[in-house]
Amino acid sequence: MQQILPYIINGISVGGQYALIAIGYTLVYGILRLINFAHGDVFMVAGLVMVYATTAMPFYVALPLVLIATVILGFTIERLAYKPLRTAPRMSVMISAIGVSYLIQNLAFYITGGVPQPVTRPIPWISENVTILGASTKRVTLITPILTILLVIALVYLINHTKIGMAMRAAAKDFETAQLMGIKINAVISMTFVIGSFLAAVGSMLYFTNYPSVAITSGGMPGLKAFVAAVFGGIGSIPGAVVGAFIIGLCEEIIKGLGYTTFSDAFTFALLIVVLCVKPTGLFGEKVTDKV
Amino acid sequence: MTMTKKKTIFTAAVLAVLLAVCIVVDMLLPSYHIAVVVIKKATVYSLVAVSMNLLNGFTGLFSLGQAGFMLLGAYAYAVLTIPVDKRAGVYQYFNGGALKFSVPEIFAGFLGDRVGTTVGMLLALLVGGILAALMAYLIGLPVLRLKSDYLAIATLGFAEILRAFFQWNALGPITNGSNLLKSYPAFSHATPYVVLAGLMIAVILLLINSTYGRAFKAIRDDEVAAEAMGINLAHHKRMAFIISSFFAGIGGGMLAMYMGAIAAAPFKSALTYEILLIVVIGGIGSITGSILASFLYIFFSEWLLRGLDAGKFLGINAPAIFKNGFRMVVLSVIIMVIVLFFRKGIMGDKELPDLLDRRPKQRKKEAAGK
Amino acid sequence: MKKLMAVLLALVMVLSLAACGGSKSDSQGAQSSGASGDKVVKIGVFEPQTGDNGAGGKQEILGMQYANYIQPTVEIGGETYQVQLEIVDNRTTPENGKSAAAELVNRNVSMVLGSYGSGVSMAGGEVFSEAGIPALGTSCTNPQVTAGCDVYFRLAFLDPFQGTVLANYAYKELGVDTAYVLGMLGSDYDQGLVYYFTEAFEGLGGTVVKEDFPEGSANFVSYINNAKSANAGVIFAPVSINYAQLIVEAAAAQGYEGALLGSDTWDSNKVIESATGKNVTSFVTTFYQEGGNAEFDAGIKEWINANADAKTNNGGNDMIAAVTAIGYDAYFTALEALKIAGSTDPKAVLEALPSVSFEGVTGLIEFDDIGDAKRDAAYIKTANTEAGTWDFVKVQTVG
Repeated sequence: MQQILPYIINGISVGGQYALIAIGYTLVYGILRLINFAHGDVFMVAGLVMVYATTAMPFYVALPLVLIATVILGFTIERLAYKPLRTAPRMSVMISAIGVSYLIQNLAFYITGGVPQPVTRPIPWISENVTILGASTKRVTLITPILTILLVIALVYLINHTKIGMAMRAAAKDFETAQLMGIKINAVISMTFVIGSFLAAVGSMLYFTNYPSVAITSGGMPGLKAFVAAVFGGIGSIPGAVVGAFIIGLCEEIIKGLGYTTFSDAFTFALLIVVLCVKPTGLFGEKVTDKV
Repeated sequence: MTMTKKKTIFTAAVLAVLLAVCIVVDMLLPSYHIAVVVIKKATVYSLVAVSMNLLNGFTGLFSLGQAGFMLLGAYAYAVLTIPVDKRAGVYQYFNGGALKFSVPEIFAGFLGDRVGTTVGMLLALLVGGILAALMAYLIGLPVLRLKSDYLAIATLGFAEILRAFFQWNALGPITNGSNLLKSYPAFSHATPYVVLAGLMIAVILLLINSTYGRAFKAIRDDEVAAEAMGINLAHHKRMAFIISSFFAGIGGGMLAMYMGAIAAAPFKSALTYEILLIVVIGGIGSITGSILASFLYIFFSEWLLRGLDAGKFLGINAPAIFKNGFRMVVLSVIIMVIVLFFRKGIMGDKELPDLLDRRPKQRKKEAAGK
Repeated sequence: MKKLMAVLLALVMVLSLAACGGSKSDSQGAQSSGASGDKVVKIGVFEPQTGDNGAGGKQEILGMQYANYIQPTVEIGGETYQVQLEIVDNRTTPENGKSAAAELVNRNVSMVLGSYGSGVSMAGGEVFSEAGIPALGTSCTNPQVTAGCDVYFRLAFLDPFQGTVLANYAYKELGVDTAYVLGMLGSDYDQGLVYYFTEAFEGLGGTVVKEDFPEGSANFVSYINNAKSANAGVIFAPVSINYAQLIVEAAAAQGYEGALLGSDTWDSNKVIESATGKNVTSFVTTFYQEGGNAEFDAGIKEWINANADAKTNNGGNDMIAAVTAIGYDAYFTALEALKIAGSTDPKAVLEALPSVSFEGVTGLIEFDDIGDAKRDAAYIKTANTEAGTWDFVKVQTVG
């Protein structure tokens, strides 16, 4: 037990971080049927903003600023890069997403000079070390899963019990009918991007509390893995994304613990392909059939 | 009739001029001159972009596995062609590697040095293409049943898995693990690249204009209708995937030749994205567009815009703005503008001979009449 | 719309042609102005400024720039030449190395310095070899850089040497018999050192547990735990600066009690920043120890402090990395070679390089038959986590 415990704690923590990103993917996919390739980069930008903001100003200003900046970024991306393509084929929108990802990475490269930016002032308290059951870890490791679950509960409440939530569900069910019923579809879509970016920003702050620097490519892998988690859980389903993320986080760390470190990334993708081939709807996804 | 004739002459003339330019460049400039380097790279990218266009543009299968197939081709080429006496140095951590032969040297043995080496090199490229095609067949079995974005992400995943395998130390005696493969023979001039890639693209063009090509386009335009017309969906999708991968494999081999030293690291999803964006710039569904976009993209990114990174551009000296990475920012902004506002790219779905058509309106009417 | 596209296309073509012509006349202009005024000799700097090795490459460039600042001219064949550094970013990776190298060749450099990192040096070496331009590797440590290329020389020590030194130190001095080694998948630098360390450590009778991590990893907690469960007394991780920081942090967070061993890449103020204030022990090998040459130390510190850009590139303080010293020596080696050659012709410089012999800040600089600097000792330093500095431990030789 003493041997496995650190891996499990770590796995749950990693899973929590993936979960916060995965929700962004799953929300957007649920409504727009779009893999938002730029979401991982939004996550990275949130980390960069945090680095710059925390060195320049006190935490009670810096952290809200990170949230606001990230939300604005997510909103802007949707308005500029996805909205004009609303009637275009799905492939065009996906290409646009890839283009945005490319643009954000290049911009970040330009601004940072291509060198990873050190996190010089990690958020206090949560970055301190604690020991539980003989395993030493940062406090953020323990906070992440708890915070994730709290945020998810709040989100599920929002979706099930508020007007905008109802509109989101309607849009996810049938885009055009929802529009005909008088739902302001653009506002709903913007809202999903705002929520997704907000959660990515929270995830980013937790993630980069654990690590000393933010690199331009920092968003890529967590982004892809979170996406796999969303598919695994059944894309479009929020509980699915969260469960999927925790499973992937745990599996990844256990695989490292077993000594197959070379394939810890490859495993995630192998899982993706198996899931897609065996049960494309994932754990909790609904079955979607193509209409002629 | 005269129009077709005119078009043929026009196309032939353009191609001849381009080839002549390339030969002249080769004669006048040393092989390390940036112009030659850029032509080589752009040619390789053209081939890969066209192969991707065949799949994404002509068949409508959104695959993001190109980097994986290029990796296979590149490794096949490098592994097979490293001279025997250099193997000890290259495979320094793996006792000289598992293979104790080099294809070009075998052929040089009985065909003479020059011819034999070239034949061996081409054969190694071909092996790379075949390996990529085989892998595409295997991957295609489960993956091609998936729909658009699921297919994209699954092929992306396969490319990543492939990369991890090639870096695995247990395969080191063949792949050299994480270390560079180098010292293999390569064409030093640009013309062989141009001729080789030109031939490959010509084959792809013939294919597109065959019954297969028409079936591919039908699948792209409407899968259900195509199936109703009696096109075997599974078979044609698989063929498109295999053929595209075959040429991506050959392109990968040529990329290895161009780079002079390869490892698995550069064959990431970023490479696939780059090529996809080139295809989009050129126009999804236009071979000419893909080639043109490859050349423009490589010329700008590797050569003409370098000043944007180095503090001085078009005589304007502004080191504070023109610093490292600005070039790529400018390029990606241009790409976004094309993606959003010029969705057809440079060429749309037109080809080189279509440039002679003066009356697009009439063509549209005809199309509507059909 | 179609017409518009056609016009646009034509415009792009014309523009590109114009730019093409423009850049050509530009380079000619530079040459002629060089010829009319003071004579100029160009030395190419082939270094990463971006990517995983960006931070290290920048520090190396600092050494060259400082050297250029204190010695901006050189006597070649009785004439005084201005030395002009032509800096090109090779972006750390071999696939970008080739075009960056071609760019340098295009700028008509007489000699090339760099790079930080072996893979990119080998890729560049192919181009330099074709063009017949001599290149002087700085902190690239893979034997194949010089062995596989007739124009490449090198100042750093080699991986077999470095790996053996560290293995000896761990086994004999630290008394450890189990080592955990960790390298990045896909990095030839990491894997090379892992190989030589393992060979030497096992040769001494120790046990090695070997693992890889995929590129872009940020979470090293599980790796540290693997090392713990293997009862490893040391973790040897010859990784780039970025990952070194992550490993130091993870080891501290997990309360790892053994020592961390690093290669020359670890000798960076960024790594020491991560280690400061934490309970970790780490040792690194390097080419130069701050304090080795008081005059050089004082001079470069003053220069860095007076120059805001330089300070940023050095990571925000004036600590001197070994790679900066190597960069400094590389510049003077180039000047020596130019003097001996008596010409700016790359071929003459190439012939002159083997006969260079002078006392640099990192020791006596002379080349052997393969083109490697003759080095038989490495400095071992340890991280002082209270003061935030590297403390000198000893000079270790193989024996």
